[in-house]
Amino acid sequence: MEASIRSRSRYWLYVPLLLMTAFYLLPIYVMLATGFKPFAEVSLKTMWDLPTRFSFENFVEAYNALAPNLWNSIRLVIPGAIISSMLGSVNGYILAKWKFRGADIIFPLILFGMFIPYQSVLIPLVLFMKTIGMYGGISGLMLTHIIYGIPITTLTFRNYYASLPTELIEAAKMDGAGIFGIYWNILLPLSVPSFVVVLIWQFTQSWNDFLFAVVLTNNKNWPLTVALNNLAGSQIIEWNVQMAASFLAAVPTLLVYIFLGRYFLRGLLSGSLKG
Amino acid sequence: MKNKKDTIISIALVSPSIIAVLIFVYGFIAWSMRVSFSAWKGLLPDYTWVGLKNYIELFKDPRFQIDIRNTLIFTGLFVGGCLLVGLVLAILLDQGLRGESFFRSLFLFPMAISFIVTGVVWRWLMNPAQGSRLSGLNLLFDNLGLDFLINLWHTTPQWGIAAIALPAVWQMSGYTMALYLGGLRSVSESLREAARIDGASEIQIYRYIILPLLRPVTLSALIILGHISLKVFDLIIATAGKQVALDVPSIYMWTTTFDGNFFGRGAAIGILILLSVAVLVVPYLYFTLRQEEQA
Repeated sequence: MEASIRSRSRYWLYVPLLLMTAFYLLPIYVMLATGFKPFAEVSLKTMWDLPTRFSFENFVEAYNALAPNLWNSIRLVIPGAIISSMLGSVNGYILAKWKFRGADIIFPLILFGMFIPYQSVLIPLVLFMKTIGMYGGISGLMLTHIIYGIPITTLTFRNYYASLPTELIEAAKMDGAGIFGIYWNILLPLSVPSFVVVLIWQFTQSWNDFLFAVVLTNNKNWPLTVALNNLAGSQIIEWNVQMAASFLAAVPTLLVYIFLGRYFLRGLLSGSLKG
Repeated sequence: MKNKKDTIISIALVSPSIIAVLIFVYGFIAWSMRVSFSAWKGLLPDYTWVGLKNYIELFKDPRFQIDIRNTLIFTGLFVGGCLLVGLVLAILLDQGLRGESFFRSLFLFPMAISFIVTGVVWRWLMNPAQGSRLSGLNLLFDNLGLDFLINLWHTTPQWGIAAIALPAVWQMSGYTMALYLGGLRSVSESLREAARIDGASEIQIYRYIILPLLRPVTLSALIILGHISLKVFDLIIATAGKQVALDVPSIYMWTTTFDGNFFGRGAAIGILILLSVAVLVVPYLYFTLRQEEQA
Protein backbone atom coordinates (compact mmCIF):
# COMPACT_ATOMS: atom_id res chain seq x y z
CA MET A 1 0.00 0.00 0.00
CA GLU A 2 2.59 2.50 1.08
CA ALA A 3 4.90 1.39 -1.70
CA SER A 4 2.23 2.09 -4.30
CA ILE A 5 1.63 5.60 -2.94
CA ARG A 6 5.32 6.22 -3.10
CA SER A 7 5.52 5.04 -6.68
CA ARG A 8 2.49 7.06 -7.77
CA SER A 9 3.76 10.24 -6.17
CA ARG A 10 6.99 9.65 -8.01
CA TYR A 11 5.30 10.62 -11.27
CA TRP A 12 5.11 14.16 -9.94
CA LEU A 13 8.88 14.24 -9.99
CA TYR A 14 8.69 14.37 -13.76
CA VAL A 15 7.02 17.78 -13.62
CA PRO A 16 10.11 19.70 -12.45
CA LEU A 17 12.32 17.52 -14.63
CA LEU A 18 10.32 18.33 -17.74
CA LEU A 19 10.20 22.02 -16.87
CA MET A 20 13.97 22.05 -16.57
CA THR A 21 14.23 20.13 -19.83
CA ALA A 22 12.30 22.94 -21.50
CA PHE A 23 14.64 25.50 -19.94
CA TYR A 24 17.77 23.74 -21.22
CA LEU A 25 16.33 23.18 -24.67
CA LEU A 26 14.93 26.68 -25.16
CA PRO A 27 18.06 28.13 -26.79
CA ILE A 28 18.49 25.07 -28.99
CA TYR A 29 14.88 25.30 -30.10
CA VAL A 30 15.25 28.95 -31.06
CA MET A 31 18.54 28.32 -32.88
CA LEU A 32 17.06 25.50 -34.95
CA ALA A 33 13.58 26.94 -35.52
CA THR A 34 15.14 30.18 -36.70
CA GLY A 35 17.94 28.54 -38.62
CA PHE A 36 15.61 26.44 -40.75
CA LYS A 37 13.19 29.24 -41.60
CA PRO A 38 13.26 30.69 -45.09
CA PHE A 39 14.29 34.35 -45.12
CA ALA A 40 10.74 35.41 -45.93
CA GLU A 41 9.40 33.89 -42.71
CA VAL A 42 11.99 35.35 -40.42
CA SER A 43 10.77 37.96 -38.01
CA LEU A 44 11.35 38.65 -34.34
CA LYS A 45 7.59 38.58 -33.88
CA THR A 46 7.37 34.95 -34.99
CA MET A 47 10.54 33.84 -33.22
CA TRP A 48 8.79 30.96 -31.41
CA ASP A 49 6.89 29.61 -34.41
CA LEU A 50 8.11 26.55 -36.23
CA PRO A 51 9.16 27.04 -39.86
CA THR A 52 6.37 26.20 -42.32
CA ARG A 53 8.93 24.65 -44.63
CA PHE A 54 12.57 23.69 -44.21
CA SER A 55 15.09 26.00 -45.75
CA PHE A 56 18.85 26.11 -45.42
CA GLU A 57 19.24 29.75 -46.46
CA ASN A 58 20.34 30.88 -42.99
CA PHE A 59 22.90 28.13 -42.63
CA VAL A 60 24.31 28.73 -46.10
CA GLU A 61 24.68 32.42 -45.40
CA ALA A 62 26.23 31.73 -41.99
CA TYR A 63 28.64 29.25 -43.49
CA ASN A 64 29.66 31.69 -46.21
CA ALA A 65 30.36 34.32 -43.59
CA LEU A 66 32.34 32.02 -41.31
CA ALA A 67 33.97 29.38 -43.52
CA PRO A 68 37.55 30.77 -43.26
CA ASN A 69 37.22 31.00 -39.49
CA LEU A 70 35.83 27.50 -39.29
CA TRP A 71 38.95 26.26 -41.01
CA ASN A 72 41.14 28.37 -38.73
CA SER A 73 39.51 26.68 -35.75
CA ILE A 74 40.05 23.23 -37.20
CA ARG A 75 43.70 23.93 -38.03
CA LEU A 76 44.17 25.24 -34.51
CA VAL A 77 42.34 22.65 -32.51
CA ILE A 78 43.26 19.29 -34.00
CA PRO A 79 47.08 19.47 -33.92
CA GLY A 80 46.89 21.33 -30.60
CA ALA A 81 44.84 18.61 -28.95
CA ILE A 82 47.13 15.86 -30.23
CA ILE A 83 50.33 17.54 -29.05
CA SER A 84 48.72 18.37 -25.68
CA SER A 85 47.73 14.80 -24.99
CA MET A 86 51.13 13.42 -25.93
CA LEU A 87 52.83 15.89 -23.60
CA GLY A 88 50.37 15.14 -20.81
CA SER A 89 50.89 11.42 -21.17
CA VAL A 90 54.67 11.63 -20.87
CA ASN A 91 54.47 14.04 -17.93
CA GLY A 92 51.88 11.94 -16.18
CA TYR A 93 53.95 8.80 -16.66
CA ILE A 94 57.04 10.30 -15.10
CA LEU A 95 55.22 12.05 -12.26
CA ALA A 96 53.28 8.89 -11.38
CA LYS A 97 55.85 6.16 -11.88
CA TRP A 98 59.33 7.71 -11.94
CA LYS A 99 59.08 10.21 -9.15
CA PHE A 100 62.35 12.04 -8.78
CA ARG A 101 63.23 14.18 -5.81
CA GLY A 102 61.10 17.33 -5.88
CA ALA A 103 58.39 15.81 -8.07
CA ASP A 104 55.86 16.22 -5.28
CA ILE A 105 56.59 19.92 -5.07
CA ILE A 106 56.48 20.41 -8.80
CA PHE A 107 53.11 18.78 -9.30
CA PRO A 108 50.99 21.25 -7.29
CA LEU A 109 52.98 24.11 -8.83
CA ILE A 110 51.94 22.86 -12.25
CA LEU A 111 48.35 22.34 -11.12
CA PHE A 112 47.95 25.91 -9.98
CA GLY A 113 48.39 26.92 -13.62
CA MET A 114 45.01 25.38 -14.30
CA PHE A 115 43.18 27.89 -12.14
CA ILE A 116 44.90 31.16 -12.89
CA PRO A 117 42.77 33.84 -14.50
CA TYR A 118 44.49 34.42 -17.82
CA GLN A 119 44.09 38.18 -17.41
CA SER A 120 47.09 37.98 -15.09
CA VAL A 121 49.39 36.72 -17.87
CA LEU A 122 47.85 38.35 -20.92
CA ILE A 123 50.17 41.34 -21.26
CA PRO A 124 53.44 39.35 -21.03
CA LEU A 125 51.93 36.72 -23.30
CA VAL A 126 51.24 39.25 -26.05
CA LEU A 127 54.68 40.86 -25.64
CA PHE A 128 56.34 37.44 -25.69
CA MET A 129 54.50 36.32 -28.83
CA LYS A 130 55.45 39.56 -30.55
CA THR A 131 59.11 39.04 -29.60
CA ILE A 132 59.27 35.50 -30.96
CA GLY A 133 57.29 36.50 -34.06
CA MET A 134 54.25 34.34 -33.38
CA TYR A 135 51.80 37.16 -32.69
CA GLY A 136 48.75 37.29 -34.94
CA GLY A 137 48.99 33.77 -36.28
CA ILE A 138 47.46 30.44 -35.46
CA SER A 139 50.68 28.77 -34.33
CA GLY A 140 51.13 31.23 -31.47
CA LEU A 141 47.58 30.61 -30.31
CA MET A 142 48.10 26.87 -30.57
CA LEU A 143 51.29 27.07 -28.51
CA THR A 144 49.39 29.06 -25.89
CA HIS A 145 46.64 26.45 -25.64
CA ILE A 146 49.19 23.66 -25.42
CA ILE A 147 51.16 25.29 -22.63
CA TYR A 148 48.19 26.36 -20.52
CA GLY A 149 46.75 22.89 -21.15
CA ILE A 150 49.76 21.17 -19.54
CA PRO A 151 48.30 21.24 -15.99
CA ILE A 152 45.04 19.48 -16.81
CA THR A 153 46.52 17.01 -19.28
CA THR A 154 49.31 16.09 -16.86
CA LEU A 155 46.83 15.73 -14.02
CA THR A 156 44.51 13.44 -15.97
CA PHE A 157 47.29 11.09 -17.07
CA ARG A 158 49.08 11.15 -13.74
CA ASN A 159 45.93 10.14 -11.87
CA TYR A 160 45.30 7.36 -14.33
CA TYR A 161 48.85 5.99 -14.28
CA ALA A 162 48.98 6.26 -10.50
CA SER A 163 45.95 3.97 -10.35
CA LEU A 164 47.79 1.22 -12.23
CA PRO A 165 49.57 -1.25 -9.94
CA THR A 166 53.27 -0.65 -9.40
CA GLU A 167 53.84 -4.42 -9.63
CA LEU A 168 53.15 -4.08 -13.34
CA ILE A 169 56.14 -1.78 -13.67
CA GLU A 170 58.33 -3.77 -11.29
CA ALA A 171 57.67 -6.99 -13.20
CA ALA A 172 58.57 -5.35 -16.48
CA LYS A 173 61.77 -4.01 -14.94
CA MET A 174 62.67 -7.54 -13.86
CA ASP A 175 62.27 -8.58 -17.46
CA GLY A 176 64.77 -5.91 -18.39
CA ALA A 177 62.40 -3.25 -19.76
CA GLY A 178 63.66 0.33 -19.47
CA ILE A 179 61.89 3.61 -18.90
CA PHE A 180 60.87 3.89 -22.58
CA GLY A 181 60.05 0.23 -23.01
CA ILE A 182 57.67 0.22 -20.06
CA TYR A 183 55.89 3.28 -21.36
CA TRP A 184 55.67 2.09 -24.94
CA ASN A 185 54.82 -1.55 -24.39
CA ILE A 186 52.82 -1.51 -21.18
CA LEU A 187 51.34 1.85 -20.26
CA LEU A 188 50.63 3.37 -23.65
CA PRO A 189 48.38 0.51 -24.83
CA LEU A 190 46.43 0.89 -21.58
CA SER A 191 46.03 4.65 -21.98
CA VAL A 192 43.51 4.83 -24.82
CA PRO A 193 40.62 5.96 -22.57
CA SER A 194 42.77 8.69 -21.01
CA PHE A 195 43.83 9.84 -24.45
CA VAL A 196 40.20 10.14 -25.46
CA VAL A 197 39.41 12.13 -22.32
CA VAL A 198 42.30 14.53 -22.83
CA LEU A 199 41.86 14.87 -26.58
CA ILE A 200 38.23 15.88 -26.30
CA TRP A 201 38.92 18.11 -23.34
CA GLN A 202 41.60 20.06 -25.17
CA PHE A 203 39.52 20.03 -28.35
CA THR A 204 36.55 21.55 -26.54
CA GLN A 205 38.62 24.03 -24.57
CA SER A 206 40.44 25.49 -27.53
CA TRP A 207 37.42 25.34 -29.82
CA ASN A 208 35.40 27.32 -27.29
CA ASP A 209 38.13 29.74 -26.21
CA PHE A 210 37.64 33.41 -26.87
CA LEU A 211 40.02 35.36 -24.64
CA PHE A 212 43.34 34.03 -25.97
CA ALA A 213 42.09 34.10 -29.54
CA VAL A 214 40.86 37.66 -29.43
CA VAL A 215 44.13 39.06 -28.08
CA LEU A 216 46.57 36.84 -29.98
CA THR A 217 45.23 36.53 -33.53
CA ASN A 218 44.68 39.08 -36.29
CA ASN A 219 41.38 39.09 -38.14
CA LYS A 220 42.67 36.86 -40.95
CA ASN A 221 43.43 34.13 -38.42
CA TRP A 222 40.42 34.55 -36.14
CA PRO A 223 38.94 31.26 -35.00
CA LEU A 224 35.20 30.74 -35.03
CA THR A 225 34.36 32.20 -31.62
CA VAL A 226 35.96 35.56 -32.33
CA ALA A 227 34.36 35.78 -35.77
CA LEU A 228 30.97 34.78 -34.35
CA ASN A 229 31.14 37.41 -31.65
CA ASN A 230 32.11 39.98 -34.24
CA LEU A 231 29.26 38.95 -36.47
CA ALA A 232 26.80 39.21 -33.59
CA GLY A 233 28.00 42.70 -32.79
CA SER A 234 27.60 43.97 -36.34
CA GLN A 235 24.45 45.71 -37.49
CA ILE A 236 24.60 44.24 -41.00
CA ILE A 237 24.20 40.55 -40.20
CA GLU A 238 20.60 39.59 -39.45
CA TRP A 239 19.78 37.88 -36.17
CA ASN A 240 18.52 34.79 -37.94
CA VAL A 241 21.91 34.31 -39.59
CA GLN A 242 23.51 34.83 -36.18
CA MET A 243 21.38 32.01 -34.80
CA ALA A 244 22.40 29.70 -37.63
CA ALA A 245 26.04 30.70 -37.18
CA SER A 246 25.87 29.99 -33.43
CA PHE A 247 24.51 26.56 -34.17
CA LEU A 248 27.31 25.86 -36.65
CA ALA A 249 29.87 26.91 -34.04
CA ALA A 250 28.25 24.64 -31.45
CA VAL A 251 27.86 21.54 -33.62
CA PRO A 252 31.40 20.06 -33.43
CA THR A 253 31.63 20.13 -29.64
CA LEU A 254 28.00 19.03 -29.33
CA LEU A 255 28.69 16.02 -31.52
CA VAL A 256 31.68 15.14 -29.41
CA TYR A 257 29.48 15.44 -26.34
CA ILE A 258 26.70 13.32 -27.79
CA PHE A 259 28.96 10.50 -28.96
CA LEU A 260 31.71 10.61 -26.34
CA GLY A 261 29.81 12.09 -23.41
CA ARG A 262 31.20 9.64 -20.89
CA TYR A 263 34.76 10.74 -21.63
CA PHE A 264 33.75 14.37 -21.74
CA LEU A 265 32.32 14.09 -18.24
CA ARG A 266 35.48 12.44 -16.96
CA GLY A 267 37.55 15.35 -18.24
CA LEU A 268 35.11 17.78 -16.71
CA LEU A 269 35.32 16.16 -13.30
CA SER A 270 39.09 15.88 -13.33
CA GLY A 271 39.06 19.64 -13.79
CA SER A 272 37.68 19.76 -10.27
CA LEU A 273 40.42 17.37 -9.09
CA LYS A 274 37.84 14.69 -8.51
CA GLY A 275 38.21 11.34 -10.22
CA MET B 1 65.78 -0.14 -8.09
CA LYS B 2 66.14 3.26 -9.67
CA ASN B 3 69.39 4.09 -11.31
CA LYS B 4 70.92 7.43 -12.07
CA LYS B 5 70.41 7.15 -15.79
CA ASP B 6 66.66 6.68 -15.42
CA THR B 7 66.44 9.66 -13.11
CA ILE B 8 68.21 11.83 -15.64
CA ILE B 9 65.98 10.60 -18.44
CA SER B 10 62.83 11.22 -16.42
CA ILE B 11 63.88 14.74 -15.51
CA ALA B 12 64.79 15.40 -19.13
CA LEU B 13 61.37 14.21 -20.28
CA VAL B 14 59.32 16.47 -18.01
CA SER B 15 61.60 19.48 -17.95
CA PRO B 16 60.30 21.08 -21.19
CA SER B 17 56.80 21.15 -19.70
CA ILE B 18 58.01 22.30 -16.32
CA ILE B 19 60.06 25.09 -17.84
CA ALA B 20 57.15 26.12 -20.07
CA VAL B 21 54.81 26.31 -17.08
CA LEU B 22 57.41 28.13 -15.00
CA ILE B 23 57.78 30.76 -17.71
CA PHE B 24 54.18 31.05 -18.91
CA VAL B 25 52.55 30.90 -15.50
CA TYR B 26 55.01 32.10 -12.86
CA GLY B 27 57.32 34.15 -15.04
CA PHE B 28 54.44 35.92 -16.71
CA ILE B 29 52.68 36.60 -13.41
CA ALA B 30 55.89 38.18 -12.10
CA TRP B 31 56.21 40.18 -15.32
CA SER B 32 52.58 41.35 -15.02
CA MET B 33 53.29 42.45 -11.46
CA ARG B 34 56.28 44.44 -12.65
CA VAL B 35 54.11 46.12 -15.32
CA SER B 36 51.46 46.85 -12.68
CA PHE B 37 54.06 48.81 -10.69
CA SER B 38 55.04 50.83 -13.76
CA ALA B 39 53.82 54.01 -15.40
CA TRP B 40 53.38 52.28 -18.75
CA LYS B 41 50.65 54.13 -20.64
CA GLY B 42 51.03 54.21 -24.39
CA LEU B 43 52.36 52.02 -27.15
CA LEU B 44 56.00 52.08 -26.05
CA PRO B 45 57.07 50.12 -22.96
CA ASP B 46 57.73 52.30 -19.95
CA TYR B 47 58.92 50.51 -16.84
CA THR B 48 59.31 53.62 -14.68
CA TRP B 49 58.60 52.46 -11.11
CA VAL B 50 55.47 54.05 -9.61
CA GLY B 51 54.87 51.65 -6.73
CA LEU B 52 51.22 51.06 -5.89
CA LYS B 53 49.95 54.08 -7.83
CA ASN B 54 47.98 52.01 -10.37
CA TYR B 55 46.27 50.04 -7.61
CA ILE B 56 45.42 53.13 -5.58
CA GLU B 57 43.98 54.92 -8.60
CA LEU B 58 41.99 51.84 -9.47
CA PHE B 59 40.23 51.71 -6.12
CA LYS B 60 39.33 55.39 -6.46
CA ASP B 61 38.06 54.83 -9.99
CA PRO B 62 34.22 54.85 -10.19
CA ARG B 63 34.34 52.38 -13.08
CA PHE B 64 36.25 49.86 -10.96
CA GLN B 65 33.73 50.33 -8.17
CA ILE B 66 30.99 49.39 -10.62
CA ASP B 67 33.10 46.36 -11.56
CA ILE B 68 33.35 45.18 -7.97
CA ARG B 69 29.63 45.67 -7.39
CA ASN B 70 28.78 43.82 -10.62
CA THR B 71 31.13 40.96 -9.77
CA LEU B 72 29.56 40.57 -6.34
CA ILE B 73 26.00 40.58 -7.69
CA PHE B 74 26.89 38.22 -10.51
CA THR B 75 28.83 35.83 -8.28
CA GLY B 76 26.05 35.65 -5.71
CA LEU B 77 23.33 34.92 -8.25
CA PHE B 78 25.40 32.65 -10.46
CA VAL B 79 26.93 30.54 -7.71
CA GLY B 80 23.73 30.45 -5.67
CA GLY B 81 21.63 29.62 -8.74
CA CYS B 82 23.93 26.81 -9.87
CA LEU B 83 24.12 25.25 -6.41
CA LEU B 84 20.36 25.36 -5.94
CA VAL B 85 19.43 24.09 -9.42
CA GLY B 86 22.25 21.56 -9.38
CA LEU B 87 21.30 20.13 -5.99
CA VAL B 88 17.58 19.93 -6.79
CA LEU B 89 18.23 18.23 -10.12
CA ALA B 90 20.68 15.80 -8.56
CA ILE B 91 18.20 14.81 -5.84
CA LEU B 92 15.45 14.37 -8.44
CA LEU B 93 17.70 12.19 -10.56
CA ASP B 94 18.76 10.18 -7.54
CA GLN B 95 15.23 8.74 -7.16
CA GLY B 96 15.84 5.96 -9.65
CA LEU B 97 13.33 7.30 -12.17
CA ARG B 98 13.07 5.92 -15.65
CA GLY B 99 14.93 8.04 -18.19
CA GLU B 100 17.46 9.22 -15.62
CA SER B 101 20.47 8.98 -17.90
CA PHE B 102 18.62 10.86 -20.63
CA PHE B 103 17.86 13.76 -18.30
CA ARG B 104 21.39 13.73 -16.95
CA SER B 105 22.93 14.02 -20.40
CA LEU B 106 20.45 16.67 -21.38
CA PHE B 107 21.12 18.90 -18.37
CA LEU B 108 24.85 18.69 -18.97
CA PHE B 109 25.06 19.47 -22.67
CA PRO B 110 25.43 23.27 -22.29
CA MET B 111 28.88 22.57 -20.79
CA ALA B 112 30.06 21.51 -24.24
CA ILE B 113 29.13 24.85 -25.79
CA SER B 114 31.20 28.00 -25.91
CA PHE B 115 30.19 30.97 -23.77
CA ILE B 116 30.21 32.96 -27.02
CA VAL B 117 27.51 30.77 -28.58
CA THR B 118 25.50 30.91 -25.37
CA GLY B 119 25.87 34.66 -25.24
CA VAL B 120 24.85 35.25 -28.85
CA VAL B 121 21.71 33.14 -28.50
CA TRP B 122 20.71 34.60 -25.14
CA ARG B 123 21.30 38.09 -26.53
CA TRP B 124 18.19 37.48 -28.65
CA LEU B 125 16.31 35.53 -26.00
CA MET B 126 16.80 38.44 -23.63
CA ASN B 127 15.92 41.10 -26.16
CA PRO B 128 14.82 44.04 -24.02
CA ALA B 129 12.58 45.71 -26.63
CA GLN B 130 9.16 46.55 -25.17
CA GLY B 131 5.65 47.27 -26.42
CA SER B 132 4.90 46.23 -29.98
CA ARG B 133 8.51 45.15 -30.54
CA LEU B 134 8.39 42.50 -27.84
CA SER B 135 10.49 39.43 -28.72
CA GLY B 136 12.48 36.58 -27.26
CA LEU B 137 11.58 35.43 -23.76
CA ASN B 138 9.47 38.53 -23.18
CA LEU B 139 7.31 37.54 -26.15
CA LEU B 140 7.08 34.00 -24.80
CA PHE B 141 6.00 35.31 -21.39
CA ASP B 142 3.38 37.45 -23.14
CA ASN B 143 2.07 34.45 -25.10
CA LEU B 144 1.88 32.33 -21.96
CA GLY B 145 0.04 35.03 -20.03
CA LEU B 146 3.00 35.58 -17.73
CA ASP B 147 3.21 39.29 -18.48
CA PHE B 148 4.50 40.13 -15.01
CA LEU B 149 7.77 38.44 -15.97
CA ILE B 150 8.41 40.78 -18.89
CA ASN B 151 11.47 42.83 -18.06
CA LEU B 152 14.38 44.81 -19.48
CA TRP B 153 16.94 42.04 -18.86
CA HIS B 154 20.51 43.30 -19.01
CA THR B 155 19.35 46.83 -19.79
CA THR B 156 17.62 47.12 -16.40
CA PRO B 157 19.14 50.20 -14.73
CA GLN B 158 21.57 49.30 -11.91
CA TRP B 159 20.73 45.57 -11.94
CA GLY B 160 21.44 44.61 -15.55
CA ILE B 161 24.28 42.33 -14.53
CA ALA B 162 21.78 40.10 -12.72
CA ALA B 163 20.27 39.11 -16.07
CA ILE B 164 23.64 37.75 -17.23
CA ALA B 165 23.51 35.22 -14.41
CA LEU B 166 20.61 33.50 -16.19
CA PRO B 167 22.57 32.22 -19.23
CA ALA B 168 25.49 31.51 -16.89
CA VAL B 169 23.29 29.29 -14.72
CA TRP B 170 21.90 27.70 -17.90
CA GLN B 171 25.44 26.79 -18.86
CA MET B 172 26.91 25.63 -15.56
CA SER B 173 24.05 24.22 -13.44
CA GLY B 174 24.22 20.83 -15.17
CA TYR B 175 27.86 20.59 -14.19
CA THR B 176 26.97 21.35 -10.59
CA MET B 177 24.31 18.65 -10.83
CA ALA B 178 26.96 16.17 -12.00
CA LEU B 179 29.16 17.03 -9.00
CA TYR B 180 26.26 16.53 -6.57
CA LEU B 181 25.15 13.35 -8.29
CA GLY B 182 28.65 11.96 -7.77
CA GLY B 183 28.36 12.83 -4.09
CA LEU B 184 24.89 11.28 -3.75
CA ARG B 185 26.06 8.08 -5.37
CA SER B 186 28.72 7.70 -2.71
CA VAL B 187 26.12 7.74 0.08
CA SER B 188 25.64 4.05 0.68
CA GLU B 189 22.21 2.49 0.27
CA SER B 190 22.62 0.63 3.56
CA LEU B 191 22.89 3.93 5.41
CA ARG B 192 19.58 5.08 3.90
CA GLU B 193 18.00 1.72 4.58
CA ALA B 194 19.09 1.85 8.21
CA ALA B 195 17.53 5.28 8.60
CA ARG B 196 14.31 4.06 6.98
CA ILE B 197 14.12 1.17 9.42
CA ASP B 198 14.53 3.67 12.25
CA GLY B 199 11.43 5.37 10.92
CA ALA B 200 12.97 8.37 9.20
CA SER B 201 10.97 9.86 6.32
CA GLU B 202 12.64 10.43 2.94
CA ILE B 203 12.74 14.15 3.63
CA GLN B 204 14.36 13.58 7.03
CA ILE B 205 16.93 11.29 5.43
CA TYR B 206 17.92 14.07 3.05
CA ARG B 207 17.80 16.77 5.68
CA TYR B 208 19.76 15.00 8.41
CA ILE B 209 21.89 12.41 6.68
CA ILE B 210 22.52 13.14 3.02
CA LEU B 211 22.82 16.92 2.92
CA PRO B 212 25.48 17.04 5.66
CA LEU B 213 27.42 14.36 3.77
CA LEU B 214 27.31 16.54 0.64
CA ARG B 215 29.09 19.46 2.28
CA PRO B 216 32.49 18.70 0.72
CA VAL B 217 30.85 18.61 -2.73
CA THR B 218 29.26 21.98 -2.07
CA LEU B 219 32.65 23.35 -1.10
CA SER B 220 34.30 22.10 -4.31
CA ALA B 221 31.43 23.42 -6.41
CA LEU B 222 31.57 26.75 -4.61
CA ILE B 223 35.25 27.13 -5.39
CA ILE B 224 35.03 26.06 -9.00
CA LEU B 225 31.99 28.21 -9.75
CA GLY B 226 33.42 31.09 -7.74
CA HIS B 227 36.65 31.18 -9.67
CA ILE B 228 34.76 31.02 -12.95
CA SER B 229 32.59 33.93 -11.97
CA LEU B 230 35.54 36.07 -10.87
CA LYS B 231 36.94 35.90 -14.39
CA VAL B 232 33.67 35.97 -16.35
CA PHE B 233 34.32 37.68 -19.63
CA ASP B 234 33.20 36.13 -22.92
CA LEU B 235 29.61 35.57 -21.80
CA ILE B 236 29.08 39.25 -21.05
CA ILE B 237 30.85 40.37 -24.22
CA ALA B 238 28.75 38.06 -26.40
CA THR B 239 25.46 38.86 -24.67
CA ALA B 240 25.76 42.60 -24.42
CA GLY B 241 29.05 43.86 -25.83
CA LYS B 242 31.21 46.32 -23.92
CA GLN B 243 28.95 48.45 -21.76
CA VAL B 244 29.95 50.34 -18.67
CA ALA B 245 26.78 49.24 -16.87
CA LEU B 246 27.77 45.59 -17.28
CA ASP B 247 31.48 46.11 -16.79
CA VAL B 248 33.51 43.58 -14.78
CA PRO B 249 37.25 43.55 -13.99
CA SER B 250 38.16 41.21 -16.85
CA ILE B 251 36.46 43.47 -19.40
CA TYR B 252 38.03 46.59 -17.89
CA MET B 253 41.41 44.86 -18.06
CA TRP B 254 40.87 44.04 -21.72
CA THR B 255 39.68 47.46 -22.85
CA THR B 256 42.11 49.54 -20.83
CA THR B 257 45.07 47.44 -22.00
CA PHE B 258 44.36 46.66 -25.61
CA ASP B 259 42.08 49.55 -26.60
CA GLY B 260 43.49 52.20 -24.30
CA ASN B 261 47.14 51.06 -24.11
CA PHE B 262 47.15 51.70 -20.36
CA PHE B 263 49.31 48.67 -19.65
CA GLY B 264 50.12 49.62 -16.06
CA ARG B 265 46.48 49.72 -15.04
CA GLY B 266 45.57 46.64 -17.12
CA ALA B 267 48.29 44.63 -15.38
CA ALA B 268 47.11 45.83 -11.97
CA ILE B 269 43.57 44.61 -12.72
CA GLY B 270 44.95 41.26 -13.91
CA ILE B 271 46.90 40.84 -10.68
CA LEU B 272 43.88 41.75 -8.56
CA ILE B 273 41.78 39.12 -10.34
CA LEU B 274 44.58 36.63 -9.74
CA LEU B 275 44.71 37.44 -6.03
CA SER B 276 40.95 37.05 -5.64
CA VAL B 277 41.08 33.68 -7.38
CA ALA B 278 44.15 32.54 -5.40
CA VAL B 279 42.38 33.19 -2.09
CA LEU B 280 39.83 30.57 -3.17
CA VAL B 281 42.01 28.10 -5.02
CA VAL B 282 45.27 27.83 -3.07
CA PRO B 283 43.75 26.48 0.17
CA TYR B 284 41.51 24.21 -1.90
CA LEU B 285 44.44 22.75 -3.84
CA TYR B 286 46.42 22.38 -0.64
CA PHE B 287 43.73 20.43 1.19
CA THR B 288 42.69 18.33 -1.79
CA LEU B 289 46.23 17.20 -2.51
CA ARG B 290 46.93 16.51 1.14
CA GLN B 291 43.78 14.42 1.39
CA GLU B 292 44.85 12.53 -1.71
CA GLU B 293 48.19 11.74 -0.14
CA GLN B 294 46.55 10.44 3.01
CA ALA B 295 44.13 8.27 1.04
